[in-house]
Amino acid sequence: MSIRESRIREPRLRESRIRESRTTAPSRDRPYRTRGSADIMKPSLAGLIGKYAILVVILGVMVFPFLWQLSTSFKGATENIYDFPPTLIPQAPTLDNFGEVFRTIPVLDYAWHSLLVGVGTVITNVLFATIGGYALGTMKFRGKWIVLAIIFSTLLLPGEVTLTSQYLTVKSLGLANTLWGVFLPGAIGAINVLLMMAACRMIPPDTLDAATIDGANTMQRLRHIVWPNVRGMVSVVALFSFIGAWDDFLWPLVVLSDPAKYTLTVGMEYLSSNFAANPRVIAAGTMIALVPIIILFAVLQKQFFKGVEEGSVKG
Amino acid sequence: MKRQRWFTPYLLVLPAVIWVLVFALWPFLNTVVLAFTDARPLRPVEFIGLENFARLFQDERFGYALTTSLVYVVVCVPLLTFLPLLLAMLVHGKIPGIGFFRTTYYFPVIASAVVVAIVWEFLFSGSGTINAALKFFGLADRPIEFLSDRWLLIFCAIGLTVWKGLGYYMVVYLAALGNVGRELHEAAAMDGAGAWRRFWSVTVPGVRGPMMLVSVLICVGAMRVFTELYVLSHGSGGPGGRAMSLVMMIQSMGKGLNGQIGYASAISLVLFLLTLVPLAVVGILNNREAIAEMRATRRAAKITRGIRITQGAAR
Repeated sequence: MSIRESRIREPRLRESRIRESRTTAPSRDRPYRTRGSADIMKPSLAGLIGKYAILVVILGVMVFPFLWQLSTSFKGATENIYDFPPTLIPQAPTLDNFGEVFRTIPVLDYAWHSLLVGVGTVITNVLFATIGGYALGTMKFRGKWIVLAIIFSTLLLPGEVTLTSQYLTVKSLGLANTLWGVFLPGAIGAINVLLMMAACRMIPPDTLDAATIDGANTMQRLRHIVWPNVRGMVSVVALFSFIGAWDDFLWPLVVLSDPAKYTLTVGMEYLSSNFAANPRVIAAGTMIALVPIIILFAVLQKQFFKGVEEGSVKG
Repeated sequence: MKRQRWFTPYLLVLPAVIWVLVFALWPFLNTVVLAFTDARPLRPVEFIGLENFARLFQDERFGYALTTSLVYVVVCVPLLTFLPLLLAMLVHGKIPGIGFFRTTYYFPVIASAVVVAIVWEFLFSGSGTINAALKFFGLADRPIEFLSDRWLLIFCAIGLTVWKGLGYYMVVYLAALGNVGRELHEAAAMDGAGAWRRFWSVTVPGVRGPMMLVSVLICVGAMRVFTELYVLSHGSGGPGGRAMSLVMMIQSMGKGLNGQIGYASAISLVLFLLTLVPLAVVGILNNREAIAEMRATRRAAKITRGIRITQGAAR
């Protein structure tokens, strides 16, 4: 139906719809616009089919590289991986490529290093961002604006700008070429403190006062009032910290010089540029780096999307 | 009511403040100072004034790096500002299975840039799938070497950045689209506005704020590009290092025992100033009215003063 038509028919249609909704229960809520409905926010049936077609095409673009890589990692040495149209199901699936990766580079060590750094980053960020955010969000104290100014100012400062000097700092602490050096600079993120501050502001002050009157000290209030109230934001901070640490490449690349100490991302680059012989083996390696994070995301996606919507500015 | 001892809030924010000072502000100040020295490892530091910056102007490599980063920004900003918006509009409606599409569109965001860059390297290599596809459709008689030409390499990396960023900004827009009332759409449709007109006159103004934020984030993000170009060129920065970005140049200048830390710091400082530009532009745009008002008052003050002076002279 064209818009002009709908404009003319609109009042009558609307009346009939109202009458209809009075008499029958609105049980048949179709995802597309039925004949006679004036709901312009819904596509027509043909439009809906077209929409699904576009969605599927984009889906192809978004997941094809991953599927292709996955299938490549299972293909034998004789199979052509670059043919077109691509065959995504290997003719003779084999695990040889994974065995080869384990022989070429210490993948398990790399994964363990990434996991250590990731888990460490999650723990410190959650702990220190929560207590810092609690103080900034609910307490009044002298010099608070200075603290806020210091924390806010770092949001303007991309980590890449301070790369060289940060390396010098870590080196002067004697932590160059160690996992501690990879972990420490990201241990407390300014943005996480601000997110936790926003979450702690939402706690009703009366609740905290009531707890104080009942004799709860700061630690008890943190444990029994603040923590249950900010758990949603905590999961967001934890997820973002872990994925940020797991995916980071530039900083571990700068800090670590000994291939035995690499994290997964640096290890993958090392594998692909130094042992460039067999793309199947490299594909198997990247799968080892990719699968854990995809599973983690699939399990926790609900909190994740909530977090992106609430926190909006963290990448 | 006494809630806590006076030093408790300071104790709670102390770790966060120390971290920000040691791992963000101190390195930044250090970068600013080092930018005016000829610092190298294992050598006494000497101040050389503006020599580093003078050298930047003559350095061919810096010219290439600056061009690469600016091209990255110019191409990425419009693409990543509008494509995710269209994508968000596509997955905004409540139709069956839309959650699945939203989640899978997000996969490229959470995957490590190294992993996806390795996949793209295979797809775009001389014998890769893209070349096989071009040959299949008869578009190219011999393989195109995407990764050994400066501009093709840069555009491959841009494609990768856009593909990886789509899902992230889509979610940012999704939250904003929820706030655009459907009444506006219905009113516009009743006034005869087609889908195209409604997009420009209802949707775009409705998400103006987030759109501004998104374009600033992309601008700063594109200026900071590193991993995509590094992995696609195996750390070499393309033929003759001409496809290096600014951050790649900082990394390669500052590393090793011969690292020119002073010079790398000067480049870092330039990068920092460049990232401030989009922020300043948005700040001016947002406060345009306030600034115009301020100017008007100043002009008015000048005129009154002028009048007073002439009056005084006349008297």
